[in-house]
Amino acid sequence: MMNWPIAVPEIVLSVCGMAILVFGVLRRQGSALICTMLCLGAFLLTAMLMLSTASGIGYSGLFVVDPFSTFSKLLILSGSVITLILSLDYNRTHLIDRFEFPVLVLFATVGMMVMASATNLMTLYLALELQSLAIYVLAAFARDDARSSEAGLKYFVLSSLSFGLLLYGISLVYGFTGTMEFARLAHALTDPATATAGLVVGVVFVVTGLAFKISAAPFHMWTPDVYEGAPTPVTAFMSTAPKVAAVVLLLRTMATPFGHLLVQWQQLIVLVAIVSMIWGTLAAISQENIKRMMAYSTIGHIGYALIGLAAGTPAGIRGVLIYMVIYVFMNAGCFAVIIAMRRRGRALEQISDLAGLGRTDPILAMGMVIFMFSMAGIPPLAGFFGKLYVFLAAVQAGLWTLAIIGVLTSVAGAFYYLRIIKVMYFDAGGEAFDPRPPSISLVAAASGVFTVFFFVFPAPILSAAQAAAGVLFG
Amino acid sequence: MNAAGFPILSLITWLPLLGGIIIMCVRGDEATVASNARWTALWTSLIVLVLSLVLWARFDTGEPGFQFVESVTWLPDFHVGYRMGVDGISVLFVLLSTLLTPICVLASWDAIRVRVREYMLAFLVLETMMVGMFCALDFVVFYMFFEGVLIPMFLIIGVWGGPRRVYAALKFFLYTLTGSVLMLLALLAMWFRAGTTDMTVLLHTSFPPAMQDWLFFAFFASFAVKVPMWPVHTWLPDAHVEAPTAGSVILAGVLLKMGGYGFLRFSVPMLPQGSADFAPFMFALSVVAVIYTSAVALAQEDMKKLIAYSSVAHMGVVTIGIFTFNVQGISGAMFQMLSHGIVSAALFLVVGVIYDRLHTREITRYGGLVHRMPVYAVVFLVFTMASVGLPGTSGFVGEILVIIGSFRVSFWLSLLGGTGMILGAAYALWLYRRVIYGRLTRDDLKAMLDLSPREIAVFAPLVLLTFWMGFYPESFTSFWDASVGAMVEHHQAALAAPMHLAGLAR
Repeated sequence: MMNWPIAVPEIVLSVCGMAILVFGVLRRQGSALICTMLCLGAFLLTAMLMLSTASGIGYSGLFVVDPFSTFSKLLILSGSVITLILSLDYNRTHLIDRFEFPVLVLFATVGMMVMASATNLMTLYLALELQSLAIYVLAAFARDDARSSEAGLKYFVLSSLSFGLLLYGISLVYGFTGTMEFARLAHALTDPATATAGLVVGVVFVVTGLAFKISAAPFHMWTPDVYEGAPTPVTAFMSTAPKVAAVVLLLRTMATPFGHLLVQWQQLIVLVAIVSMIWGTLAAISQENIKRMMAYSTIGHIGYALIGLAAGTPAGIRGVLIYMVIYVFMNAGCFAVIIAMRRRGRALEQISDLAGLGRTDPILAMGMVIFMFSMAGIPPLAGFFGKLYVFLAAVQAGLWTLAIIGVLTSVAGAFYYLRIIKVMYFDAGGEAFDPRPPSISLVAAASGVFTVFFFVFPAPILSAAQAAAGVLFG
Repeated sequence: MNAAGFPILSLITWLPLLGGIIIMCVRGDEATVASNARWTALWTSLIVLVLSLVLWARFDTGEPGFQFVESVTWLPDFHVGYRMGVDGISVLFVLLSTLLTPICVLASWDAIRVRVREYMLAFLVLETMMVGMFCALDFVVFYMFFEGVLIPMFLIIGVWGGPRRVYAALKFFLYTLTGSVLMLLALLAMWFRAGTTDMTVLLHTSFPPAMQDWLFFAFFASFAVKVPMWPVHTWLPDAHVEAPTAGSVILAGVLLKMGGYGFLRFSVPMLPQGSADFAPFMFALSVVAVIYTSAVALAQEDMKKLIAYSSVAHMGVVTIGIFTFNVQGISGAMFQMLSHGIVSAALFLVVGVIYDRLHTREITRYGGLVHRMPVYAVVFLVFTMASVGLPGTSGFVGEILVIIGSFRVSFWLSLLGGTGMILGAAYALWLYRRVIYGRLTRDDLKAMLDLSPREIAVFAPLVLLTFWMGFYPESFTSFWDASVGAMVEHHQAALAAPMHLAGLAR
């Protein structure tokens, strides 16, 4: 069964990407702004097409459209849109405003969208590869900056290693079951007792490869270096959309083909979640560079999200999805503030540079306070609800150890988030930052409003996540 | 809809935020903004106070259940709703919060000179959180307010506090958060078991005994830090010393009551078996708190620290009262909490008055103030006596009720708890002697001015309430008599049920 129209949004987005690329090449100088706008338009068009695409499976079981994929893709598109808005001003002041930037983000987004729809280990691999290739280049986009080049290279080398592990795992799974299609794998693996040792090893390698992509500890080593070196909008991008894509990919892979092997992979996910939460928190405390701190913060948040997966129930999946939505928006807000940290056109990255922000720019400081308290999981801000639903799932599944470690590390995590607030309000300050460009203020304000008012009317996002999670564990 | 005919609890809860929004919108130079912020905050909190008096007038004291109930669907899939309501246990705490907020605004009128707008905003947000927490009838809503209090309080201590404010603010935040997250797990467990977070349902859900002990422990972690009970009280002296005067007032007046309120609202009625199992443990900790922290208070050089330690001792009396599980004990604990809410808040204001003049809280720097500040000496005396528990003041009623209640449990408990009163007299009177009496030697003390009209306006309602509560306690106890009676009955019945079953089996 071909059923090719179900991939129309991805096809249209790719065609748009190529057209914009050609347009940029022909127009050469000064086409960055217009290409960014065109890409934003393409994202909008894709989102509209996506909402009108019917659910179904196509391309002989390679590709699926269901509420889960639609939910994830909308979130991925939001992350990409935010990145493009954040990049507008940063790229101009750092003289990297080339038209390739939005096009690369666009192709990475195509890869991520396919990741959300992959129902075959081959589709999974190719989509992941497309996304990663675009991001290698993005990480090294400030090519005159040694740190950026280093970040790109480091990401490339370590990522290749993880692809090796992933492919090895896929080949083992294929060798022991004879299929790569999710539905057939699920059928073949109905009885966990029949799972051979080789197959379990294969699953472990697949999990390892994907854990690398979501930067879960102990496979996180690349994250702080790449986050620090990459241009800040790229860091913002890497910490939002690709994380969502990799997480939903992991969710679908674990729940659909390997869903019956829960007992085999549950301990693995529990372990990875615990290590991520603890290591992400402890390592973040001593960071001086705010981008590095955000990298460890991401690792910690991934740990919390994995709690939901470890529960292995639709409620857990729902928790993860809600967590990712909230995480994307508050993270985007944080990065908006980080991009606004600039004096006389020079970007600042030290936490101590924030000193006195409460006095020099009270509005921006208040925004950062909101994001930090939200990241720490203090109600009534959105971050609390993210944690609430994953912990609820963990308690329902009886994973008490995981839940207790989770809440305790969230207290320790509160310490380093509060440190930012302390620096902004309590420390004697430096001079004011450069005036905020409107694009940055827009992202910060939108994320701030989302974070503060999520609690007022959370029902639509909750029910959408509910519907999306219901598809898995079918 | 309810007795008031409109959602009055939501109005009281959210109105301060409206004032906060107005404050945020003020434009102009710094002096204009500061003055506007002060007046807006004062008027908002006064309007809220007047509105909350409607609760006082319309509250039906014969009804043990919840009144003024509001219910709105919020997360229908999870059976979580926005539910508000007050009963005899919570209604007076709402009034206490709405009373202390305008007093705090007034007390900070001249003392706070930097970032006045943000300061007033923080206080209004704090008022919303406090009132919401006492009104919440849904566990998730309760938890949101309970933790939400941390945000404005952290900023108040951290931004406007003393020299070691960063340490104190972080310690306050992390201590309280550690306790709260464990309560969150208990919340999730109860939610999972009962299928809802409606507190009116949870109050009548019986949890298995083994689970009750764990749940009790989790609640204990949260509320014991808030009360604070020995040995997790160490954040309190630091927070009090570093917080600005009004911050200390709210901290002592309302935030500590959140712990006691939590025990009364959750631990005792929802987990009768767990509470009964842990009661001896609670008594032990409370007695240590009463005796040890009173002794520590004797040794303090800093006035605020002394009052902070005395708070721990007084709250120890409260926890003794709660876990006696009889009407006198719980009623006494309620009374002691309200009395302490007024008296310790007033004592921090008393310290604030001379701190504003001399910018030191060291006891040895003062002496002989009675010669220059007679009105101040009288006010200080009233609250010292109330803190000691002199008959005729509010402090007496609560302590005597708790001692009667504890006597019914154990003679030694009431004896040891009662020593707190003696030690309390020692440190409070000694503090008074050192500050107010003696020779007036220092030049800067000779130049001190007596209370200004603004300060008299701050103290007048508190003095009045102290005597009112002391002379006519009935007008306060009548609010909670029905609710406490029902709670004690429910508790006895729940404990008797398993024994009854065992009797039948035999």
